[in-house]
Amino acid sequence: MTVTETRPGTGAPMAPVPGRHHRRGGWRTRLTRFDLRYTPYVLIAPFFVIFGVFAAYPLLYTGWISFHKWAIIEGDQGWTGLHNYQLLFQDSYFWNALLNTTLLLVFGTGVQLLLALWLAGILNRKLSGSAVWRAGVVLPHIVSVVAVSLVFAQLYGFHTGIINDVLSLAGIDRIDWQASRWTAIPAVSTIIIWRWAGYYALIFLAAMQGVPRELHEAAMLDGASHRRIFWSITVPSIRPTVIFSVVMSTIGAMQTFTEPQLFDTQGTEGTGGSDRQFQTLMMYLYEKGFREFNAGYAATLAWVMFLLIAVLSGINYALSRRIASKD
Amino acid sequence: MTLALPSRKTRQASGRPGFLVYGVLVAVLAASLFPLYYSFVLPTRDNSVIGDSALTLTPGGNLVHNIQRVYDTVDFWLALRNSLIVSTTVTVCCVLLSSLAGFAFAKLPFRGRNALFLAVVVTAMLPTQLGMIPLYMLMGKLGWIATLKAVIVPALVNAFAVFWMRQASEESVPYELVEAARVDGCSTLGIFWHVALPAIRPQAAVLAMFTFMATWNDFMWPLIVLDPSVTPTVQTALSSLASGYALDYTLILSGAAIGVLPLLLVFLLLSRQIVAGVMQGAVKG
Repeated sequence: MTVTETRPGTGAPMAPVPGRHHRRGGWRTRLTRFDLRYTPYVLIAPFFVIFGVFAAYPLLYTGWISFHKWAIIEGDQGWTGLHNYQLLFQDSYFWNALLNTTLLLVFGTGVQLLLALWLAGILNRKLSGSAVWRAGVVLPHIVSVVAVSLVFAQLYGFHTGIINDVLSLAGIDRIDWQASRWTAIPAVSTIIIWRWAGYYALIFLAAMQGVPRELHEAAMLDGASHRRIFWSITVPSIRPTVIFSVVMSTIGAMQTFTEPQLFDTQGTEGTGGSDRQFQTLMMYLYEKGFREFNAGYAATLAWVMFLLIAVLSGINYALSRRIASKD
Repeated sequence: MTLALPSRKTRQASGRPGFLVYGVLVAVLAASLFPLYYSFVLPTRDNSVIGDSALTLTPGGNLVHNIQRVYDTVDFWLALRNSLIVSTTVTVCCVLLSSLAGFAFAKLPFRGRNALFLAVVVTAMLPTQLGMIPLYMLMGKLGWIATLKAVIVPALVNAFAVFWMRQASEESVPYELVEAARVDGCSTLGIFWHVALPAIRPQAAVLAMFTFMATWNDFMWPLIVLDPSVTPTVQTALSSLASGYALDYTLILSGAAIGVLPLLLVFLLLSRQIVAGVMQGAVKG
């Protein structure tokens, strides 16, 4: 990200304003100089102070807590070094949650971004009533994730859900969607895709509108198909947006909580089904930290997630650079 | 363009999309809208439809009764009031603070400006949710657990908002006006108020809408730090409606419908600006 150095306009005509006089008194000049020099810092200070106290400091402190036996209510119970980390890596629930989160990342976020690209490609054509289509695709993003997750949980109900009703019309047996990882994860993925595909489609569309039409039309004259033009010209041209979206949605997906939490209609307090078949890392963190009040262990999980997100963002960045620049 | 007139064939290819494209769009729109539609149908029925094997897609006459039951089960007025207080406070403060900071980063010269702005950009990438445990302890120390302050204060600033408002000032506030006001003896705050703020109002409005909606819809942190029986928000009240063993779906979805209604109305009134806002906010490719 580059910050452009902006300089005062030089050629601007500055007409004298009648009725205004400059008093060149000492205190006034000093006040102005003080204003010029320090006010900018006053303006940006609230961000750094509040962010520092309520976001940066807790994030760093999480790392410190992870080296301790630490209970949320009783507080510090002593330094244990890497003990929590050893426990975590032997914890089958951790690996289970990591697998579920990874599957959600691939099925939910991966599909959602591809779908968004495809949708953006369609919305980028000369459509009549484009405002309606655009508003329609972003509408799901506006509504509450809690309400949406509850509606989907209902749609996926075993005896009563519409999805099973439709499947049984087609002669397919009713599926207990919550019963296993391999049915629950795709179901939860549809909630995520439903909420986010339209949002990212609009972001991609915005970038696509900056791609010069001449490129498109020249390729068209050369006889290239819509599909070929889309993948060889349009997508590589919006590379920064694609990279940004992949990185941001990965960070979001690693922290998936609400959709799977509420998909569990028995409300099992963050375990994601009786066998943890759809418990995500964030749900496990919630369970450890705020159900069992084991701050040390939850902090360790948080810090490992933080490192995973950093590594994943790096890999994503490298990959999407390569993919999006291929032509 | 120096190209010759396109032939008939290419004009067809590059021209308006055909039925297939509109068919796909209609399908996408239907998929977008169906869960929403369904969530407004169920609250108008009674629970017998839930056990029915036939699909229920038409509204019934039980809406008032169901809404009554929501208010009998949880204090939904209190939840709505709390959500309104939190969302409004966060929105007003966040937009104001980020506008000030964004204006400073875009139009005021000061030492360390680029480095500090880079810090803002980097913090936008931090998964701050992962700091929840110490944040919870901090709230305990401050005595803010189960109070609305615990939800409001950490949300007052965010890096994305600062980034957004800097972009807005950069594009919409003319340097000449800033300088002219300065020459006239206007203070920095005066320049912000009289010159910058009127110019960045559209982008500030878009940010306000997004902040309001995101805050209204926030779930995990309010679930952790608030007490749903004392300080419910709309979202935590919904999840407590949904926490029984035998689920009362028409009840839950009635609550969900009430909680979504304000946002839906705002969206329908402002959808054009919201869409334009998303489009402006995208990183230019």
